[in-house]
Amino acid sequence: MLAFIFKRLGQSIIVMLAVALISFIMFRYVGDPVASMVSQEATIADQELLRERLGLNDPFYVQFFRFIMNALQGNFGISYRLQTPVADLIMSRLPATIELALTSATIALIVGIVAGVFTALNRKSPIAAGIMAFSLIGVSLPTFLIGIGLIYIFAVELQWLPSFGRGQVVDLGWWRTGFLTETGLRSLILPAITLSLFQMTLIMRLVRAEMLEVLRQDYIKFARARGLSKRAINFSHALKNTMVPVITIAGLQLGSIITGALITETVFQWPGIGSLFLSSVAVVDVPVMAAYLIFVGFVFVIVNLIVDILYYVVDPRLRVGGSSKGH
Amino acid sequence: MTDITPSAPKGRFAKIIDSDIFFSYRTSPVAIVSSIVAAILVLAAIFAPWIAPYDPFSPRTLNLMNGFTPPMSESMLGAFFIFGSDHQGRDVFSAILYGSRVSLLVGVSAVMFAMILGVSLGLIAGFRGGLTDTVIMRIADIQLSFPSILIALLIFGIARGILPPAQQENMAIFVLIFAIGLSDWAQFARTVRGSTMVERQKDYVSAARIIGVKPIFILIRHILPNVLGPVLVIGTIGLALAIIAEATLSFLGVGVPPTRPSLGTLIRIGQQFLFSGEWWILFFPAITLVLLALSVNLLGDWLRDALNPRLR
Amino acid sequence: MANKLTGIVAVLLASSVMISAANAETLRWARQSDALTLDPHSQNQGVTHTFNHHIYETLLDRDVEGNLQPRLATDWYVKEGDETVWVFELREGVTFHGGEEFTAEDVVFSIERAKSDNSNMRQLHADVVSVTAVDDYTVEFQMAGPSPLYPNNVTNTFIMDKGWSEANDLVGVQDFAAGEENFAVRNTNGTGPYILTERDPDVRSVMTVNENWWGDAPAVTEIVYTPISDSATRIAALLSGEVDLVQDVPVQDIERLAGSPGIKVETGPENRTIYFGYRMDDAPLVSSNITDENPFANPLVREAMELVVDRNAIQQVVMRGQSIPTCVNMPPFVAGWTEELDACPAVDVERARQLMEEAGYGDGFSVTLDTPNDRYVNDEAIAQAVVGMLGQIGIDVTLASRPVAQHSPLILNNETDFYLLGWGVPTFDSAYIFNDLVHTKDGNYGTYNIGLYSNPELDEKIQSLGTMTDLEARDAVVAEIWDQVQEDRVFLTIHVQALAYAMKDGLTLAVHPENQPRMTDVVID
Repeated sequence: MLAFIFKRLGQSIIVMLAVALISFIMFRYVGDPVASMVSQEATIADQELLRERLGLNDPFYVQFFRFIMNALQGNFGISYRLQTPVADLIMSRLPATIELALTSATIALIVGIVAGVFTALNRKSPIAAGIMAFSLIGVSLPTFLIGIGLIYIFAVELQWLPSFGRGQVVDLGWWRTGFLTETGLRSLILPAITLSLFQMTLIMRLVRAEMLEVLRQDYIKFARARGLSKRAINFSHALKNTMVPVITIAGLQLGSIITGALITETVFQWPGIGSLFLSSVAVVDVPVMAAYLIFVGFVFVIVNLIVDILYYVVDPRLRVGGSSKGH
Repeated sequence: MTDITPSAPKGRFAKIIDSDIFFSYRTSPVAIVSSIVAAILVLAAIFAPWIAPYDPFSPRTLNLMNGFTPPMSESMLGAFFIFGSDHQGRDVFSAILYGSRVSLLVGVSAVMFAMILGVSLGLIAGFRGGLTDTVIMRIADIQLSFPSILIALLIFGIARGILPPAQQENMAIFVLIFAIGLSDWAQFARTVRGSTMVERQKDYVSAARIIGVKPIFILIRHILPNVLGPVLVIGTIGLALAIIAEATLSFLGVGVPPTRPSLGTLIRIGQQFLFSGEWWILFFPAITLVLLALSVNLLGDWLRDALNPRLR
Repeated sequence: MANKLTGIVAVLLASSVMISAANAETLRWARQSDALTLDPHSQNQGVTHTFNHHIYETLLDRDVEGNLQPRLATDWYVKEGDETVWVFELREGVTFHGGEEFTAEDVVFSIERAKSDNSNMRQLHADVVSVTAVDDYTVEFQMAGPSPLYPNNVTNTFIMDKGWSEANDLVGVQDFAAGEENFAVRNTNGTGPYILTERDPDVRSVMTVNENWWGDAPAVTEIVYTPISDSATRIAALLSGEVDLVQDVPVQDIERLAGSPGIKVETGPENRTIYFGYRMDDAPLVSSNITDENPFANPLVREAMELVVDRNAIQQVVMRGQSIPTCVNMPPFVAGWTEELDACPAVDVERARQLMEEAGYGDGFSVTLDTPNDRYVNDEAIAQAVVGMLGQIGIDVTLASRPVAQHSPLILNNETDFYLLGWGVPTFDSAYIFNDLVHTKDGNYGTYNIGLYSNPELDEKIQSLGTMTDLEARDAVVAEIWDQVQEDRVFLTIHVQALAYAMKDGLTLAVHPENQPRMTDVVID
């Protein structure tokens, strides 16, 4: 087990290096940071001077090496756009994204699993059919359209909920939370729903499909034959066995939550790292983009690691990676 | 993948599946309705030049003064628009027909690309295991560590860097297909590899191996059919996703040029007029997109049940 | 007893009313983007200047008509006997937010800082050789030569306190390459009407009124500034009452907002033209099917394009009336503008086709048009409309639409055949346009002469403008240059764009021609 974890850790480091390389390459090609930093009147000579001073004229590997060394020290440089250290920016925006992502993931998991189980157990009911149809309409709409639609209905027409921002926030040390105030919680509702819809649908469809699959298995039939209560079969046997793929997909879906957060945060002006990233892309703020991609890569490597370990724990038959060679 | 398909076993397999599917299809109203809707939309897109009342991109018929005409009415210049006209005086109905073409082309091509790549790599990784598996899955990890929109932005950015500016707009659609496809293959690979690993442990595969069946035959004959269900589900969702990804990229300002809009671009444009009262510019393309994605999703849903013998 | 109680209640009520009256003047102000930095000399960018104008002050200011007004300087004139020296007399009794007194030393320090290497403002002070404090309230600027229009360049250069800046190591401007944050990026100490009390970049900033400000006490006592990048969200926030003032209002939403109860919209022209430019040198175009010559170099083609672009249709449909069509690349605010220059020929597609025929392009030609899609009001839609119009004379245009961050490099590197650009004129003088857009691309001149137009005779005239002190003779040269520019059709100008500010009823704020509104100007009913 330990050896397995160490091995995966080693692989994760290689993955992180590759992520760093890719994110670094990207910045050599997307737009020109110098053009976005200078004013209407700056001359070509001015720009060349700035380019030189930023080290943008150095050979590729020199720039990459410098980038890695700095990143290891948590130094991602100064944002071209906001002129503040990128690490500070990311840290100040992180709580907003984490609170939004956790809330959405929780909503998606709870509603997704409940709806999935319900639709699997009541395949023929019209309510289940309605849930399925609704969920499909949900995935068939782009996130930005859902967000704008919700704003239009609940903020503009009904005026029930705020249309942007986090409302009143409370500082807990460096962590700025919106969970402790009424406006903070109200502001969370629309973006969290927007962000969770897609994952909710996927989890629901997955749970439903796996439940149906498991319910057909022999041991369930056997359990039924033994006279176990329907409830016990459904929840302790069937649901438990659907969890392996659900863990995988839910883990992988963290990616979608972060992608979705890019759009959701922009639409709702949610001050998280997603909106920070997008406003940085618009002006080619290279240091922020680099730090964001590395952060996203880091989250994913960790999530993948946990998913793999859970796989190992939940289903010992699976010998992940090279460990299956001997069998 | 097709060139390595052994003909005899495939034929028998396909025959059974086909007849089962046909039976299942006849008895499923959802499948019939959604396939009809999808067929209408696809055919309308293919035959757009013959169906569309206007060529929305021809400067000869385009007149700015036709702009913002409401649905079912005539413009100041006397032109009639069934779904109204947009801010450039284009017929929204015709623009949707042509836009669906672009969206379908991008969506289908991107998903096919992702599916072929992902399924092949997933099968190989899951079956071979060892170093091959590690390398492929680490690449998949890297890919999955970036949300697909980010990957697409990345590829788009690199393409912008490589292609001369004058070529970028003509190449945009291919870049888009490549970007969306490449941002999506890992989902296929992960799922196929997981299922393959489970299947590989099963007795029938071990038995086939012991009696000396070539791995390629085991892959095609035994493992592929068993992983086809999840692949189809991912593929159908993927098609809708690809169309939506294209719309999202348009929303972010990278996509096909606005003079040759896709459904996504039309929605992005229409979204600007949400508060100003010209609802039709957003509404009709959005409805078309939802109908298209929904019917494809429903078809895939039904196909999943129909393809999975244990669910019947 | 009962009377006494009533009295207490009355007093309480009165005081609570007073408190709420004092607190009620909070203005929640939303616009598309945030100030990039609070460092006054780091970025020469409108949004940043607008924000900083509330905290810091400049020597001179500009009113809504564009005329120079006293601010920290009460008087300014060319020194008697030496026309290369400008004298500024300073306002007395002004203090910084930190309590430091404002003196001539602060002006000397600030101008030198604005001229320093990393400053984005230094172009505007390039002709300043030295600045000296004659006494506590008089400053002399030694110029490289006669610079009759120099005072126009100081309206966005803010004055910092010398002592505070030195204590906080602020002698230089933010240096990106140094990797360290400059103290002034997040901390302020100005003389302006508002004091910054809260700053969360991109999210929220709060300013409260400076009780010791030298000017008349503003009606707004607290500003809560919120950048909201998505247009729909920004409009929604105003409609749902979460903000009081929205600065960047899309033209299509003006009507809906104006018709909404409790909301009103102020509109007015910005000091900025929107125009198309084309490569005018002899090398063939990169994106065209004509590979042996440059069609745009042919004056007949340029004339045909001028005749086929229907500026009024763009104004009515694309801009919904929120623009002033023009055929000269100069807003009416600028010195040198005349009605004759502004006038457009009538649209004549037949004549245009004939001209194309004469030019040898009866079958038309193809070209790619580069446009930004997030920089000017409806930039992409304008470009799209022009694509359609040019199609009528056989010019087959492929539209390449990009965010401004990707559009700018193409422009600056001359990698475009045909492009859309907007040009603001912060000095309100024609020379600013000539220097950057008309003069042959050479050193400090012609940075934005993307069409590579070159006329040595004009170059000479343009250079002479900088040092001419006889304003009448200067005006004549300006008119000559414009006549030549119009004759050569250096630009395909579309319009002067208009701006709209939407606010809740009870507030009044006129549109500022440089889009730099001051909340001190807000009138509350």
